[in-house]
Amino acid sequence: CNDLDLEPKYETTPDRVYVDLNGYRSVLAKVYGGFAVTGLGSDDNGASGGGDVGGIDEGTSDYIRQLWSAQTLSTDEAILAWGDAGVRDWHNMNWTASNPLIRGLYYRIYYEIAVANEFIRESSDDKLNSRLSGNDIATVKRYRAEARFLRAVAYMHVLDLYGGGPFVVETDPAGAFTPPYRNRQQLFEYVESELLALSNDADFAEPKTNEYGRVDKAAAWSMLSRLYLNAGVYTGTPRFNDAATFAKRVIDVPGFALSSAPAGRVASAYGRLFLADNNTSPARDEIIWPVTFDANNTRSFGGTTFLVNGSTSPSNASWKAKNGMPQGGWGGMRATKNLVNLFGADTARDTRGRFWTQGQSLEINDIGNFNEGFGVVKFRNVTSTGTALGGSQSQSSVDFPMIRLAEVMLNYAEAVSRGGSGDATLALSYVNRIRRRAYGVPLTTPNPTVDLAALSTDALLNERGRELFWEGFRRTDLIRYNRFVDAYLWPWKGGVAAGRNVEAFRTLYPLPASDLTVNPNLKQNPGY
Amino acid sequence: GSTNSDGTFSIQNVPSGSHTLVMSFVGYTTKRLPINVTAGQNTAVAGLSMSENTTLLNEAVVVGYGVQRRQDVTGSIATVQAKDFVPGQVTNPEQLVQGKIAGVNITTGGGAPGAATTIRIRGGSSLNANNDPLFVVDGVPVDKGGISGASNPLSLINPNDIESVTVLKDASALAIYGNRASNGVVLITTKRGVQGEKFTVNFSSQTSVSRPFRTYEVLGADEFRSLIQANGSASQVATLGTANTDWQDEIFRTATTLDNNISLSGNLGKVPFRVSYGNLYQEGIVITNKLKRNTGAISLSPVVLDGHLRIDVNAKGTQLENRFIDNGAIGGALFYDPTQPVRSAESQFTPFGGYYQYLTPTGVPLTLAPGNPVAALRNTNNISDVQRFIGNVQLDYKFHFLPELRANLNLATDLSRGSGSSTSSVTDFGNFNSTATNVNQNGRYSQYKQDKDMRLLEFYLAYNKQLGENTKFDVQAGYSYQDFETQGPLYLPYRFDRTTLFTLGQTQTVTGYYDPFRLISYFGRANFTVKDRYLLTATLRNDNTSRFGEDNRSGYFPAIGLGWRLKGEEFLANNTTITELKLRAGYGTTGQQEIGGPFDYLPRYVTGRSTVQYQFGVDANGNPIFVTALRPSGYNNDLKWETTTTYNVGLDWGIFDNRLSGTVDVYQRESNDLLANVFVPAGGLANQLNRNIGSLRNRGVEVALNASPVRSDDFTWDLNFNVAYNKTKITDLGPQQENFPGYLVEGIPGGTGTTVQINSVGFPNNAYYVYQQVYGENGRPLEGIYVDRNGDGTVNEQDLYRYKQRAPLATFGLSTNFAYKKFSLNAVLRANTGNYVYNSLAGNLANFANANTSTGFVGNLPVGIRDTGFRTQQVLSDYYVENGSFIRGENITLGYNVGKIFREGSNLRLTAAVQNVFLITKYKGLDPEIFNGVDNNFYPRSRTFTFGVNASF
Repeated sequence: CNDLDLEPKYETTPDRVYVDLNGYRSVLAKVYGGFAVTGLGSDDNGASGGGDVGGIDEGTSDYIRQLWSAQTLSTDEAILAWGDAGVRDWHNMNWTASNPLIRGLYYRIYYEIAVANEFIRESSDDKLNSRLSGNDIATVKRYRAEARFLRAVAYMHVLDLYGGGPFVVETDPAGAFTPPYRNRQQLFEYVESELLALSNDADFAEPKTNEYGRVDKAAAWSMLSRLYLNAGVYTGTPRFNDAATFAKRVIDVPGFALSSAPAGRVASAYGRLFLADNNTSPARDEIIWPVTFDANNTRSFGGTTFLVNGSTSPSNASWKAKNGMPQGGWGGMRATKNLVNLFGADTARDTRGRFWTQGQSLEINDIGNFNEGFGVVKFRNVTSTGTALGGSQSQSSVDFPMIRLAEVMLNYAEAVSRGGSGDATLALSYVNRIRRRAYGVPLTTPNPTVDLAALSTDALLNERGRELFWEGFRRTDLIRYNRFVDAYLWPWKGGVAAGRNVEAFRTLYPLPASDLTVNPNLKQNPGY
Repeated sequence: GSTNSDGTFSIQNVPSGSHTLVMSFVGYTTKRLPINVTAGQNTAVAGLSMSENTTLLNEAVVVGYGVQRRQDVTGSIATVQAKDFVPGQVTNPEQLVQGKIAGVNITTGGGAPGAATTIRIRGGSSLNANNDPLFVVDGVPVDKGGISGASNPLSLINPNDIESVTVLKDASALAIYGNRASNGVVLITTKRGVQGEKFTVNFSSQTSVSRPFRTYEVLGADEFRSLIQANGSASQVATLGTANTDWQDEIFRTATTLDNNISLSGNLGKVPFRVSYGNLYQEGIVITNKLKRNTGAISLSPVVLDGHLRIDVNAKGTQLENRFIDNGAIGGALFYDPTQPVRSAESQFTPFGGYYQYLTPTGVPLTLAPGNPVAALRNTNNISDVQRFIGNVQLDYKFHFLPELRANLNLATDLSRGSGSSTSSVTDFGNFNSTATNVNQNGRYSQYKQDKDMRLLEFYLAYNKQLGENTKFDVQAGYSYQDFETQGPLYLPYRFDRTTLFTLGQTQTVTGYYDPFRLISYFGRANFTVKDRYLLTATLRNDNTSRFGEDNRSGYFPAIGLGWRLKGEEFLANNTTITELKLRAGYGTTGQQEIGGPFDYLPRYVTGRSTVQYQFGVDANGNPIFVTALRPSGYNNDLKWETTTTYNVGLDWGIFDNRLSGTVDVYQRESNDLLANVFVPAGGLANQLNRNIGSLRNRGVEVALNASPVRSDDFTWDLNFNVAYNKTKITDLGPQQENFPGYLVEGIPGGTGTTVQINSVGFPNNAYYVYQQVYGENGRPLEGIYVDRNGDGTVNEQDLYRYKQRAPLATFGLSTNFAYKKFSLNAVLRANTGNYVYNSLAGNLANFANANTSTGFVGNLPVGIRDTGFRTQQVLSDYYVENGSFIRGENITLGYNVGKIFREGSNLRLTAAVQNVFLITKYKGLDPEIFNGVDNNFYPRSRTFTFGVNASF
């Protein structure tokens, strides 16, 4: 009668989770799923309900959605003018430390770090040896290496978006804890050391040996090439030699290849990288790390569900059919004319520059009008045989490429063209292969009308703009090229129609005021 | 002894000599009559009548775990007896006392039958934790939470069975209930049989007719048509219809309510009993909305063992059926294009039941288009079935060898069973599935079920001793065990044909929910009354809750109350003007632990649904393998009790034979270790957790006034007036950075994640947080132009400012009662001032972009557009935060007492009542009395006419 120790019935306690491989595998599914879904899916729609992150609308709190917004809406690639709190700040470049989306992204990233920490904490050698046996121990050690990789990626996003930030690892307590602050240099060193360690970690899967959806050493090398390419921005010390070295290591892995076969009348060889069955070859041969989505089993209101619906008009049936969302379409993002103009006269031939123009104007006079600005037809919820997968729930099955081979090739080319040690001819050939794929001509045959004659860094920025647009690279690229805050304008940059230069401090987002309030160790970025 | 119902009584075995006959009754002035008894003779006593005592100073007051004389009470306690209840169509118990008690603010959730009511006693003591008072029904502290299927758990108690409602307001009265008393305690006593009472049947029947008494003002069809023709695009003009539909007319109706009650009371042998049955059928003023309720109650109150053992048995059962509506249909009726018809014979509308809908050329619903509001109501059947049983057996034993010592055992249970379902028919627009292969794969079916079990065991010993004539003390000590379990299965949503909403045929498994908690408490109280003038009450309660970790479970809640009855002092004893004067002071603390889930302190893992799995590889056939995700939850192992410390000083007075009397109370309540859902440092498994952080303060004054300006045989006039002023301020929210504004609350339509209120230090809770509108020379608001309050040259969220608050600063209640011969006239008026309302319907809809935001449909506008001319939404303008002060004519009731029918002792009374007689307010929306301050899709309160018959024989 005096017992106050009541026990949950449907939730479970840690001592009952980590008893076998299945328990570990399910927690690992959450560590991976942290990039794709937003909670427990307990609402009727199965896509929201029981959100992981507070202080932001759950659907909006998706990792990919917010990362994409921070990297894309703040640039020439897209404009989004919904009235939801904070949305217009991205493009207006007038965000503050109270912006709910910048706050939501920050907490989403740190949530990912916390879940990865929890997994790593519960899979220490000691704990594994006492809980599991035989092959299961080796399997969980591989999981643990993957969790370390995912955590390193999350910290890399902190480093890129926010500079410094709180620092918490598996040895810190799981309960109440106020983490110390690490500045950008320190986070760079940490991410570098983790990725380097994983590059040589016997527990981490060798390239192309892991299951679909999971990562391997090639992902770590790719991330190192990306990290080193931007090292000058992050630390003041360029590391182009290292960027080229790790990029080359990825490119040389047997089995990775650019997707080069079109899907009949449905999509070009490039276009099928972003279809609902991009989990199959040839797309999967190019995608090194996909964040997977599935209209039935991996649902959210972020990720590619957001990208496809957000770029489709709800009132245009043929547009919805094209993008595989017959009952969807949220009418949101459009391209600015700078993105369209990047393709110049080649819009017709370059299969990458696919825009929805019917009923749309190129110029944007009213940012709230979805009919102004061309639509982007890139992420499409149809299979390569043309079947729409949206269904009545308008959920997407398109996997989001976090890393794909073309990016790594472009990393190599840029590193070499910026003076990194490497083979300039080879670098040029990578770029031209990418261009030939885009123009639908044979990959290995020189083609004077398509090929670039020589490497130049400016040409590479434009090539990245054409190849990687709407994949979440643009802000980082423009900053690396010193064209983010000034030296380059786009429509409605800074909230004015013609665009304007903005303050230099905008290259970093502010740490949210809510975390500064409760964690006195933190330091706000200058300007905020 | 007691009288029978015609007032005769006899007292046996009175020794001869001179005696004083004392006649007393709750609510009446005690009469004393000297008599001489001669041995062996009957002594007749002349007919006596007792006059009503409006100050109720001698009445027995129900307090926690016992009864006290009003004059001995040291705490702030207010009681409303049945005769003073709000008359008319009252279907929920809390409405009986609305406007009757100072500092008790009762806000109904709108006009829907059984709608949830919010009750705040002296403001709310918590920020995020439960701010509802504790209800104690016949000694049973009932569950605070809601019940699935019944919006308002109190609607399961029949107000016709209630004898009195007592509200405990300050700590010295509350602390005996410690753990859940921080927001006041409402003690409900139901009617019961009286020893010696004759068998009586009472029948009452009320018939009511309700009408919406105001409707939202929107543009008429013609004005709207010309607006679109002048400003819309060609495709929008093309969508216009030729009809002239008033959508509000279509969804609102005149509703009927029938409320019938019968009770039997009397004595079965020596056992007083009361049995009652009530049947309520209540229609809402929105089509399809209704509620049916059957209630039954039995009480037995025998006294056995020569008066040494009192037994109280109470059983109350309710069965309630509800058909709810989606309030979105109310907003829909404002917004829907008035040029479209309700129904259409065109064949494209056949799959939608013949209702007009926005369709694409291929006949499927236009994405993002609103549904026809009439069709939405008619096509949805959202029903619930709820049963509740509250029962207890209370044994009170006076020891044979020591009658001053009592032992009291109370065993009680509160069981509810709620279930319900919502069916959207296959013709429903919002759930039309264009990919369905057969029509039954349209529509929607969802269900829910909830079981709530509360079990209570309480035991106390009480000892009271009279020391001399006017000095006494009593002490008591007790133990309480209360166990709550809320649980139920979770169901998946289905199509109409019961196939899952997910991949057809795919099996989905869901589990259930289980929320138990337990409280174990020890309590003690001592009362000292010295010379009938000096009063002291001291209480201490120790509560232990299962919601916290082992080290934090125990909380101690002490209180002390002092009283000085000045009237008893010599210098006032012979004063004929002042008939009562008592000074009270109390101090004490109460606790709060009701926040979040039952296991918030415990590390847990939760399984995600099958829709949030993650793909790891493929199987032998190349099909993806999806792995269920297991999520570690955030937790706070440091959770502990929130405490509220209350200081209260009060004065009770009465003059002119208590023809004028009243009370004044001044209080301060300070909540510390506030349980709040706040941000925690990033890097943990949750970024917001329930923590003990911050402090909140309520300060206020309450005045209650009773007057009997006229009191004669034929004509009496009573007045009751009360006013309460309460000011809330958040005094601490933990460490704060200068640029952290506070916690944003109350989401509004017009943008995902947009909120309109804030909790910040130094301000009241739920202050509005908006931009300061700039006005043009013509006084019209300038669209999108706001004051740059921080002067940094740009207007962004750092220019939002805290403006007014949602809670009223002052509340007023006025009741008056005229009785002339057989006629009576009652009126109740209420008023609130200082409460502001965010007019969300105007903020969201009164802009031209709303009319023509899409190419496929157009939407109507509230008339507020004429004042602003806004092109696009300006949802965070302070223009929409409007003064919600009001005076409401709550009720006027005319009664006629026919008197006896058929035979002596019978009585017939007829009443006619009007509710919601008038509403005086500056607010531009329908009704400013909205608890959360956001007026969006609010179900309008109706004007109700009630005719009632009450017969007893």
